[in-house]
Amino acid sequence: MATAPAPSLPALLTPTIDASAPDWLAEIRRQGLCDAERLPMPKLGDEAWRFSDTRSLSLATFAPAPAPTDAVVDQLIAQATTLVGEVAGLAVFIDGHCVLKPNLAPALLAQGLVFVTLEDAVRHHPALLQAHLLRQPAALGGDRFLALHKAWLKAGTVVHVPKGVKVVQPLVTVHWASADGAALFPHSLVVAEAGSEVTVADFFLGSDPAGHCLNVSAADVYAGPDASVHRLAVQDWGSRAQSFQMDTTTGDRNARITSVNAALGSKRARLENVVRIEGPGSHVRLYGIGVSNHEQEFDQRTLQIHQAGSATSDLLFKNALMGKSRTIFSGLIKVAPDAQKTDAYQTNRNLLLSPEAEANSLPGLEIEANDVKCSHGATTGQIDPAELFYLRARGIPLEAAQELLAFGFLEEIVGKVEHAGLAQVLRERLQKKFLD
Amino acid sequence: MTDPIADNLAQQAAIDVDRDKGNFRYKEDYAYDAGVGLTPATIDYISKVKGEEEWVREYRHKAHKIFESMPMPTHWATKDLDAIRFEDIRYYLAKGQKPSRTWEEVPDDVKATFERLGIPESERKFLAGVEAQFDSEAAYSNMKADLEKLGVIFVGPTEGLRDHADIFRRWFGKVIPASDNKFAALNSAVFSGGSFIYVPKGVKVRQPLQAYFRINAENFGQFERTLIIADEGAEITYMEGCTAPKFETATLHSAVVELVALKGAKIQYITVQNWSNNVFNLVTKRGLAEEDAEVRWIDCNIGSRLTMKYPGVILRGKRARGEVLSIALASDGQHQDTGAKMIHAADDTTSNIISKSISVGKGRSTYRGQVHIPRTLRNCRNNTECDALLINANSRTDTYPAITVRGQRNSVQHEASVSKVSAEQIFYMMQRGLSEGEAMSLAVNGFINDLVKEFPMEYSVELKRLIELEMEGSVG
Repeated sequence: MATAPAPSLPALLTPTIDASAPDWLAEIRRQGLCDAERLPMPKLGDEAWRFSDTRSLSLATFAPAPAPTDAVVDQLIAQATTLVGEVAGLAVFIDGHCVLKPNLAPALLAQGLVFVTLEDAVRHHPALLQAHLLRQPAALGGDRFLALHKAWLKAGTVVHVPKGVKVVQPLVTVHWASADGAALFPHSLVVAEAGSEVTVADFFLGSDPAGHCLNVSAADVYAGPDASVHRLAVQDWGSRAQSFQMDTTTGDRNARITSVNAALGSKRARLENVVRIEGPGSHVRLYGIGVSNHEQEFDQRTLQIHQAGSATSDLLFKNALMGKSRTIFSGLIKVAPDAQKTDAYQTNRNLLLSPEAEANSLPGLEIEANDVKCSHGATTGQIDPAELFYLRARGIPLEAAQELLAFGFLEEIVGKVEHAGLAQVLRERLQKKFLD
Repeated sequence: MTDPIADNLAQQAAIDVDRDKGNFRYKEDYAYDAGVGLTPATIDYISKVKGEEEWVREYRHKAHKIFESMPMPTHWATKDLDAIRFEDIRYYLAKGQKPSRTWEEVPDDVKATFERLGIPESERKFLAGVEAQFDSEAAYSNMKADLEKLGVIFVGPTEGLRDHADIFRRWFGKVIPASDNKFAALNSAVFSGGSFIYVPKGVKVRQPLQAYFRINAENFGQFERTLIIADEGAEITYMEGCTAPKFETATLHSAVVELVALKGAKIQYITVQNWSNNVFNLVTKRGLAEEDAEVRWIDCNIGSRLTMKYPGVILRGKRARGEVLSIALASDGQHQDTGAKMIHAADDTTSNIISKSISVGKGRSTYRGQVHIPRTLRNCRNNTECDALLINANSRTDTYPAITVRGQRNSVQHEASVSKVSAEQIFYMMQRGLSEGEAMSLAVNGFINDLVKEFPMEYSVELKRLIELEMEGSVG
């Protein structure tokens, strides 16, 4: 295994100058670096980081890793290929270095579908990037991390689906962390034009189950009028990783968006997802799944902003907690003064499988229009003893019965993954986690 | 379609009128007045006038230092707090020095509200600040004799800490320490007025107690301090405030209320808050429930410019029970920031929170809640329901609960909903001859009916009338 160079925070604040970058990209990076230096680290008492363990936040031991060896490349490409099965396109990155570029079928290329690495997009699709790349602010407290992401912006993929084009098979990106102490800054941009349809999946995986890496990723999804976008993101870094995901989702008129976020790996993983509903009639569904054990901390922060009326957003985050793990779900629904006839829902359900686990819920509403249907609910509890008894009475051992019931609890969300193949991948990863 | 700018100005003017008329006249006489602003000398003065012991004076000074060192909680609370001018506030008015005002100076809308609510003539003058006290001596002296027979102590904080130190000192500042928050610290530094109550073992006080009935006390003070101790198996209901609008002289009210329910005791604390629209009402209320004890907060907020109040219960003994029932009505220019805290600290404890808020016009209502179950506990349960009703298109409501659960066989459920009165409901009622305003107030009264039933009868009748009054101008 390759080892990253002597790590320090200044290492993350001194990105190497990329002379070949066009001015607009250099400006994004420069601004990011400037903000990363200026902004403070989140600390105890910051409302956006309430219940998070801010004391252990440190970037000091991470640095970008050098390119992987050929043996590692071959092995991890093979693993990625078998993982996802049949796809429309696959991109593979290791420690932020692209090792497999997406290769689209000629039929899809002929329709104008774009699925390329960010570096290729900089060369061939600058107008698309200038219109959409990192245009959304961090609204949930991760400003400094988003700044760092901008400063190191390089790895990642760009999807552009032209008007009316429907892509059946998923476009998949796999980001591997391999080197010890590697810092990764993966980016994912999805732009679906009017009436198009696409399924994308991002896998964040650690090659070593006990791996140690820093992930500061960002994903921006834009669904145009009448477009359908389905996105699955699976975070399964090694068990000593620190992961920060800053995602945004924007829906135009009558857009249909489904987003499923799964949290499995890392010592600490924070997900921020800001959903902006900018067009009437759009329908956004947000799902989250978390299976935590040992001393993991999953920190899920969501914001549903209803800027336009007559739209629906529906959120369901489910966590199963084992060991001494902790989860924090903090969700906010904001309905703007003119967004009448909004339907917005938010539910967080936590299943405590261990007396030492801790579930925190902060479900919030800020409503400034009166003709709305908004509700939120949060429950935290244990497995129903009656259900457990039923299974045990049929000879199933206690642990297996608990696992079955927990799995059943999470299956509701797995079933929301639109693509059957991707749902199966997620199911297998969940199973693996329970056996862990 | 109304013009939003004109609307805004009209609203502003309405609030300003209140503020101007809130200016009372004071006799400038040093013997009775600590002046404006808060310094250590103000505290020495208060303590001296009250004839307090040294430890109370020291407690006040310590609290004052804490108050000065704590920042305003504006990182989570509304920025409106920054409008409080601490240096312009009179922190103490000695006994005998009362603000004076004639009945003619009382604003007409306040008089009209008294009329509508059917407030007795003698009470009106008191409520409007024309008379410093409501004369209820006859009613009170009967009650006083009864209470004395039972061994119940019902005094103000000065007498409580001086004459019954053995009982009250042990719990004073223990449920809510001075360092709890900036405004609890302020109260701990300058408190005066309020009720200190002790109910002996096994005594069940049938009549609800009210500060209202205690004569010669500084009732309804700006910095009231209340401590209620119900000894083992005792039961008591306490009522604070009244439904009639209290036309207020001071713009900052910051009370601290501590309840201690020992083993098997029950305390019910009922508040109806209807301060005038220029008042910042920043209150800390918390109860401690020992084994098998029950603490219930029934809280209704209708008045004030900004209320921040989150009654809490620390469930410290096994099988303790805590409950908060809350109604908030936020009209134009008002922000009702209310909620509840349930801190579970023993096995088999249960808590229940039901909050209903109504936002009218540009009013804003906020629910903030905290439910905490630590990991050593088993079989704890919490149920939280918060429902918000939005009357007008520009009304606002927020909900910010925080729930932490660990341990075994604990379960927590939280549910919140936001709705409006449906056009069909209004249409149905108007078809049967009600005016739109009447229909709206009927719908709103229906929304809070379950909770209103929990108030004593005379309160619930007045509450309903008050809602009717508030709803009349809200439609059309």
